[in-house]
Amino acid sequence: MSILINKETKLIVQGITGRDGAFHAGKMKAYGTHVVGGVSPGKGGQHIDGVPIFNTVKEAREATDANASVIFVPAPFAADAILEASFAGIELVIAITEGVPQQDMIRVMPFIKQNGTKLIGPNCPGLITPGECLIGILPGNIFLQGNIGLMSRSGTLTYEVVNLLTENGLGQTTCVGIGGDPVAGLYYQDLLQMFEDDPKTDAVVLIGEIGGDAEEQAAKFIKEKMTKPVVAFIAGQTAPPGKRMGHAGAIISSGSGTAEEKIKAFGDAGVPVAKEPSQIPGLIKSKLGL
Amino acid sequence: MKIHEYQARDLFRAYGIPVPDGAVCHTVDEVRALVPDDNQLRVIKAQVHAGGRGKAGGVKLARSKADAIENASKILGMDIKGYTVEKVLVANAVDISKEFYVGLINDRNTKSVTLMASAEGGVEIEEVAKVSPEKIIKLSINPVAGLMDWQAREIAFKLFTDIKHVRAATDILKKLYKLYIETDSTLAEINPLVITEQGEVMAIDGKMNFDDNALFRQDDILAMREVTEDEQKEIDANEKGLSYIKLDGSIGCMVNGAGLAMATMDMIKLYGGEPANFLDIGGSSNPQKVIDAMNILLGDTNVKAVMINIFGGITRCDDVARGLIIALEQIKTDIPIVVRLSGTNAKEGLEMLKATGLPTVSTMSEAAQKAIELSK
Repeated sequence: MSILINKETKLIVQGITGRDGAFHAGKMKAYGTHVVGGVSPGKGGQHIDGVPIFNTVKEAREATDANASVIFVPAPFAADAILEASFAGIELVIAITEGVPQQDMIRVMPFIKQNGTKLIGPNCPGLITPGECLIGILPGNIFLQGNIGLMSRSGTLTYEVVNLLTENGLGQTTCVGIGGDPVAGLYYQDLLQMFEDDPKTDAVVLIGEIGGDAEEQAAKFIKEKMTKPVVAFIAGQTAPPGKRMGHAGAIISSGSGTAEEKIKAFGDAGVPVAKEPSQIPGLIKSKLGL
Repeated sequence: MKIHEYQARDLFRAYGIPVPDGAVCHTVDEVRALVPDDNQLRVIKAQVHAGGRGKAGGVKLARSKADAIENASKILGMDIKGYTVEKVLVANAVDISKEFYVGLINDRNTKSVTLMASAEGGVEIEEVAKVSPEKIIKLSINPVAGLMDWQAREIAFKLFTDIKHVRAATDILKKLYKLYIETDSTLAEINPLVITEQGEVMAIDGKMNFDDNALFRQDDILAMREVTEDEQKEIDANEKGLSYIKLDGSIGCMVNGAGLAMATMDMIKLYGGEPANFLDIGGSSNPQKVIDAMNILLGDTNVKAVMINIFGGITRCDDVARGLIIALEQIKTDIPIVVRLSGTNAKEGLEMLKATGLPTVSTMSEAAQKAIELSK
C-alpha cells in the first residue's frame, strides 16, 4: 500500500512539449510510471517519445482514462491548467510550476474543492511511491520501498533526508513534496491523515520550514489524531527575520512562524525534532523500537 | 515587494480612499517650497522600510513652516535600523477622535483573502492580536463573489455606531479590496483608520506588500520599487538564477535548493559558526551559475571560508564539479573552500575535484565543521 499514487496510477503531463515537461516525462516513464498522455494545445495528434499528445485535458482523459495529471506549464498559465484538469475530472493534480501568483491560486481553491480534486503544489518537486510510481522531478534512484511516510515543504532537503533514510535501511511508502508556496493544495494534516490510514506506513517524517503556521497546525493534528510516530525537522532555525508580512502576518497566525514556536509545538505533541538531518534515521529507529 | 507609506497613500487616493493632504519631499528645499506659511499642524514622517520609526524619532509634528523645515532637516539623513532616511512625507495632521485597524492578507490556512478589522487601532495591533484575539474580526472572502456589500457593511457596523461612519467605512473596505485584488497585493493595511473630530473617516497610515510572482503583470507597481544596496545585490543574483541573501557571518555557503540552504545555515550555527549568507543556486548545474555564485561569495569581505553543499538529484554532482573547476581557474583566491557532494554522480564529481586539492567531504556536518575550522 501507499498513499495517493501506486502502480495503477495513469498520468498525463500538461505542458509535455516544453523543455522541462518533455525531459521529466521521459524520466518518469523510465522509472516505470504509466505516462499515458500529454497535453499541449495545438499539438494534438502528435506523439512525443511514444506518448500521444492531446489538445485538451478532457480529450486526454477520455482517451486514456488518466486519473492524475502533472503540470509543467509556465507560471502565468499554471492556475488555468490546474482548473482544466479539475474540470476534466482528474482526481489528483500535481503542479510543479514555480512562481504562480498567489491570487491565481486563491481563485483556483473553491473550484477544486467543488470538483473534489486533490492538488499538490504548486512549486513542489512532486511525489513518489518507491518501486511503483514517480510523479514530478524527484531523483528516483535515492528512494527505497519500505514503511516510512515522508512529507516536506522543500526539494533538495527532502532528497538529503531520503538518502539518509535509505542508507540506514529505512525504506519509504510514499514521499510527498507539498511545495513551499503560501497558498497551496494538500497540507501536512491531509497527508498525515492518509499516512495514518495507510496500513503499510509505520512512521512518518515531517520536514518543515520557518514561516506560516503549517507546522503548528500539523503538531495539533498529530496530538489529537495520530497514533503512528512522527519525527520532524525544521529548516531555517537560524534564518534572519524580515520575511514576515507586516502586522497582518503576525496576526493571522497569532504570532507564529519562528522555528522555536514550531519546535515547541512539536514537543507538546510528542514529536521529536532533529537538530540536524543526520539524526532523523536514529530518531525513527528508536520510535519503532529498532 | 514592499512600498513606502507615501506610495500606499497615493494608491489609496487613486482608489478613492480618503487620506489627509500631503506630499513626499526628498530635500529640505522641497519642504520649504511645499509648506505655506500658515497655522496648519503638520506631521513629518520618515519613509523607510523599517518598523518602529516613531520610537526612533522619525515622526515629528510641525506647528509652523519653520518647524516643518527644522524637523524635516532632522529626519532626512537619519539612520533607522540601518536604513538612511532619504525622503519624508509631509502631511496635514488631523484631530483624531478614535482609531481603528483594517487589513487584508492572503491567509495560508483558509487559502483565501482574509479581511481583518478591529476597534483597537493604532500601533499596538500585534499586542491586541496576542492578548485579546477576540477583539479582531476576521472574514474569509470568497474569491469568486469578492467582498460583498453586505459583508463590508456588517464589519463596518461592528466598528462604528453612527450610520454616516458605517457608510463611509463600508465604502473604504470595498475600495481597499478592489485595490488589493487589482494590484496582486499580499498585504494591505490601514492602521489607523480614524474618525476625525470633524466626523470624517480617513486612512492615516497605510502599508502594502505585493506578490513578487505577479509583478510580471503589474507594471505600475513594479515602477514603484525602490531598492537598497543589499537588495540590489539580491536582485542581481536573482537575474542570474541565484537566490541570495546577505548575512553578517564569516562562512560563505553555496547550496542547491532553498530548504537545504537553510538547513546548511542552521548546521553552521549548530557547530559554532556564523553563516555569511543564504545562497541557493537552484536546480541547474550550469557552470556559469557556479562561477557567478563564487564571485558573489568571494566579493563579501567578511567571508573567511566557503562551504559548498550540493545534493545531486536532477543536478549532477560531476556537472557542479566541472563548474567549480572552471570558476576556480577564473577566480584566484586564498579563501579556503570545503566541498560536499552527495547524490547523483557524487563519486565522479569528487574524483574530478581531487586535482584541485580542495578539501572534500561526504556529509553536511563534516563540511560545516571543516569550514568553521578553516575559517579560524
